[in-house]
Amino acid sequence: MRVNMRVNGRPYEADDVWEGESLLYVLRERLGLPGSKNACEQGECGSCTVRLDGVPVCACLVAAGQAEGREVVTVEGLADHARPSEPSRPGQVAPLAPVQQAFIDAGAVQCGFCTPGLLVAADELLERDPDPSDADIREALSGNLCRCTGYEKILDAVRLAAARTGEAV
Amino acid sequence: MDFLRPAGWEEALAAKAEHPTAVPIAGGTDVMVEINFDHRRPEYLLDLTRVAELAEWEATDRTVRLGAGVPYTRIMEELRTELPGLALAAHTVGSPQIRNRGTVGGNLGAASPAGDAHPALLAAGAEVEAASVRGTRRIPVEEFFTGVKRHALEPDELIRAVHIRRADGPQQFSKVGTRNAMVIAVCAFAVALHPRTRTVRTGIGSAAPTPVRAWEAEEFLGAALEEGGFWDSGAPLDPSAVRRFAELCAGACRPIDDVRGTAAYRRHAVGVMARRTLGWTWEAYRGGEGRTAQCA
Amino acid sequence: MAADRTASAPTTVTQATGAIRGTVGESTLRPDGTLKVTGEFAYSSDLWHEDMLWGFTLRSPYAHAAIRSIDTAGALALPGVYAVMTHADLPAGTHYGLEIRDQPVLAGDRVRYHGEPVAIVAADHPETARRAAARIAVEYEELPLVVDEATATAPDAPLLHPGRRDHHASHVPHPNIVHRQPIRRGDVAAARARADVVVRRDYEVGMQDQAFLGPESGLAVPAEDGGVDLYIATQWLHVDRDQLAPVLGLPADKVRLTLSGVGGAFGAREDLSMQAHACLLALSTGRPVKIVYNRYESFFGHVHRHPAKLTYEHGATRDGTLLYVQCRIVLDGGAYASSSPAVVGNAASLSIGPYVVENVDVEAIALYSNNPPCGAMRGFGAVQACFAYEAQMDAVAAELGLDPVEFRRRNAMSQGATMPTGQLVDSPAPVAELLRRVKALPMPPERAWEAAGGPVDVRALPGGLSNTTHGEAVVRGVGYAVGIKNVGFSEGFDDYSTARIRLEVIGGEPVALVHTAMAEVGQGGVTVHAQIARTELGVDRVTLHPADTRVGSAGSTSASRQTYMTGGAVKHACEAVRAEVLRRGRERFGASHPAWAEPERLRLEDGKVVTDGGEVIGDLAGILGDGAVDLEREFRHRPTEPFDRRTGQGFGHVQYSFCAHRAVVEVDTELGLVKVVELAAAQDVGKAINPLSVVGQIHGGSTQGLGLAVMEEIVVSPDGARVRNPSFTDYLIPTILDTPAMPVEVLELADDNAPYGLRGVGEAPTLSSTPAVVAAIRAATGLPLRRVPVRPEHLTGG
Repeated sequence: MRVNMRVNGRPYEADDVWEGESLLYVLRERLGLPGSKNACEQGECGSCTVRLDGVPVCACLVAAGQAEGREVVTVEGLADHARPSEPSRPGQVAPLAPVQQAFIDAGAVQCGFCTPGLLVAADELLERDPDPSDADIREALSGNLCRCTGYEKILDAVRLAAARTGEAV
Repeated sequence: MDFLRPAGWEEALAAKAEHPTAVPIAGGTDVMVEINFDHRRPEYLLDLTRVAELAEWEATDRTVRLGAGVPYTRIMEELRTELPGLALAAHTVGSPQIRNRGTVGGNLGAASPAGDAHPALLAAGAEVEAASVRGTRRIPVEEFFTGVKRHALEPDELIRAVHIRRADGPQQFSKVGTRNAMVIAVCAFAVALHPRTRTVRTGIGSAAPTPVRAWEAEEFLGAALEEGGFWDSGAPLDPSAVRRFAELCAGACRPIDDVRGTAAYRRHAVGVMARRTLGWTWEAYRGGEGRTAQCA
Repeated sequence: MAADRTASAPTTVTQATGAIRGTVGESTLRPDGTLKVTGEFAYSSDLWHEDMLWGFTLRSPYAHAAIRSIDTAGALALPGVYAVMTHADLPAGTHYGLEIRDQPVLAGDRVRYHGEPVAIVAADHPETARRAAARIAVEYEELPLVVDEATATAPDAPLLHPGRRDHHASHVPHPNIVHRQPIRRGDVAAARARADVVVRRDYEVGMQDQAFLGPESGLAVPAEDGGVDLYIATQWLHVDRDQLAPVLGLPADKVRLTLSGVGGAFGAREDLSMQAHACLLALSTGRPVKIVYNRYESFFGHVHRHPAKLTYEHGATRDGTLLYVQCRIVLDGGAYASSSPAVVGNAASLSIGPYVVENVDVEAIALYSNNPPCGAMRGFGAVQACFAYEAQMDAVAAELGLDPVEFRRRNAMSQGATMPTGQLVDSPAPVAELLRRVKALPMPPERAWEAAGGPVDVRALPGGLSNTTHGEAVVRGVGYAVGIKNVGFSEGFDDYSTARIRLEVIGGEPVALVHTAMAEVGQGGVTVHAQIARTELGVDRVTLHPADTRVGSAGSTSASRQTYMTGGAVKHACEAVRAEVLRRGRERFGASHPAWAEPERLRLEDGKVVTDGGEVIGDLAGILGDGAVDLEREFRHRPTEPFDRRTGQGFGHVQYSFCAHRAVVEVDTELGLVKVVELAAAQDVGKAINPLSVVGQIHGGSTQGLGLAVMEEIVVSPDGARVRNPSFTDYLIPTILDTPAMPVEVLELADDNAPYGLRGVGEAPTLSSTPAVVAAIRAATGLPLRRVPVRPEHLTGG
């Protein structure tokens, strides 16, 4: 079947999609957007977290056909999503979203395989709640497994992004 | 495999009538796992996410008609007052991402004994609104589960909504997992006090081939409360009655040993959860929650 | 708009911005950080190539069976299928293995574990490949199972590998024992007679999985020269190549490996998984072939941590002096050898922990069985032993009425101590100090779930979001543990690393290019290499060449060795480059300043040649001009020797590392649910090359230890030796709500034998975390808890 959707603000079309494919497979293998990761394909790790019509979901559990006509934001579009007023043009490097920069600065990235999903989830949390408590951060990220960091630096990163965003306002 | 995407409810029913083997998919949190891991290759996938009315709920005096496609996150956020037990259960489902997609309709359709919504529906009192091109019927949730991952729907039927009694007293939900988040129930327990009818209802998950009520425990406690005038007095419960209630709840289990836990542990844990959740609800009742309802 | 696709190139990690500058000892940000947060970093599963096919593996449903026949006709007949291969189709070598080549590339006449690869398929879509695999008809005949020591050594036990000719075969007591290592020192019988207190107990450690997040994957591209290029996530490119070449029937130089992005490793990528399969299919079809395991398959695709049964007897005097330790450690290696011999060596030599004990009698063995193959996982051998010896230390302390930390302190080793192997510990071993530090940390607040004053916050309670307690039956417990781990490859292995450094001037600025084959698996080796190059060469800009087999081996990213070894090689090569720069400088400018004649007084700093007095006497741009200095060097640690097969004596290990933990837990004693409230660690790292990532390693290792303590286990059915929980639904690893605050104290006591005095960091925190958490649960519940992971039913008696 054919599937149309908007990803990171741009229209995409995929042809010859097998009906059993997930949104994750379509993004990674058909649309050239492998940033969302395929760590468990059963909704138990959060590495494929994307926003579907604004809502964080596991892309591995969305059937490709269910994404027809929907709006998807992936880690590749996070920087633009954070600054919708100044989207980057092709060829131009978008500045990182605050949460992306904070993950680098806080040492929250090791192997990085969980990072894209965590970034999408953390970014959505900070959009809802610019100043979350530690317990709120833990709850919001409890669907994203990380095997390298023990999560301490990830908490630091979300706190840092919140603090920086707070200062900037 | 064919992908059917009806735009409205009538179209969905027509599609299901035409293709009774079609597998309905909403949040995808069960169906897609089975497809990803090659456990299932349905001939047709019937996407229900475009049927707008499934994602709506409406409340009347006595019930909430919860559309089959309302995700758990919205239940937690929007129905905490009307359906406190289900809202608590919704909060224990998977992860935020799963709660954003998963639905009570999907939980019922999968009919897993471990479904988190089921004990809360049993305790609150609910009927499943099943529909087909032939018409609509309501199935009491107690009669909906017919076996492990089996339910009472006919091949041409879809779940339109669940009619759940609005809470008239305190409700609680508790679930044991071996992790502090994102975990499938080893076992679960729900209790609801119904001051209006002066009854107590329960629901047990993951401790029998289907979700079950602890009938004997409900009857025992209902009688004890009635005879002792507790509904009116709001007096503290007799510890021996609480203990007996917990024993009867544990006794209602027919659990198995599996990779998630032993049968003996499940029975034990259901007893502990029954005692604790009854304590919490009764304390809330004594504190005034629901005590006005029964006077009305 | 159609998707624009180009073939994915391996990621070249370059210094992209000016924000990531750091020298040795400074917290430095990852050079690959930006690519990893934007989703552009190319992991092995992200690779794509025009015309590529998808590979898929058919695996055995039985743990032990004879293969009577395989019929692939149905699979080959399916449109879109390009190749189906079985054992009969292998072109050359049929087996591989890290130390013992006992593992079939595809099963021959027999499968030895549940999930063993039997056939492989290449097709135009993953679903086509799966459907084709389902059409392969395999006729099995089930065989009797070997599942534990009793069934492995029974008189009529089936032999897993009859006719063994490996170098352990002659000294093992039974052919189903991979390797056996005794350690004997002093006189245990005499010591036992003098002991006031004797504690003898059995312990058990379940099978843990590395559970890295990036499943096994890679892309094999057939080359015009008849060779193959493999883009792969691995821990050791050269050893992959050396196992692959004989299987493919190619010379080593035609099997070219390039590291692609690696989504964690923790030992699970030490062995081959899909490497040979992808290359075989690519060479057979003439098309690029990509294989990506899903999570289910990943549980069958790599080795796990050896489950262990351990029996320990400790004897001590009334004043708290350990007199002797006797122990027996039985590790289940599963169907193939993998790293079992080295795991046995570690378990035996580190079996008594970081304590001084004069009389020791140890036996460690690894079994062959029909259970899943076990091999490398972070801290291997030492993790299993640490759980048991630390439980014993608590038990003996309790018998003596001593505080457990005080009892450990009285017996703690320090520099100058002798290991049970006779090896002198010749660098700092601050065991007592590490324990003192974790004990001195402030305790986390009590009853945090009530802190806000409002309703109970269940997220701070055992059971978390599941709402199981509002404080009922919750009891706090505190536990301590300390461990010892060897760093680097031991027992006489010729362990070395290679680095190639090119220094040249680009755009007026000196740039160092660092080329190694080190597998960056997340640990931060790339950051360390850039820091070392900046420090040694006085340059700002460092470019890291992709890791591949075009440069010499870097050894494995395991055994806590890469900063020591490949870091050491980068340092060593930089020193050679610096010497050459100074030689060229002396040649050209020697007459201008007398200091040129004394290169040992000169250093490179900010692109300049500077004397020890701080005087600038030249600059790199002037010395190098258009030329470059390009040198490759190997680095070796000091040699070790094998352990004596009878007594276990020998200078077996390169270096030791130590970490101590204090765990604070809250246990719902009625439901058996555990919340780890805080997990504090203190570790000596010799020198923190990058303090930020040192702490990250300690956090990560501690958390994996926590997982083993309370939730992580691959469950194998005893009747069928089948894996019962190969998924993230039922193999649970800690979430952010299971992981507590983790204060870390870092000590830097230099080891004079090591580059910069550093000590390997990665594994030690994984050891003591598990026993500390379990000790805390024992303290809260009063239960003996001899097995990990501790499950709820172990705490409730259910």
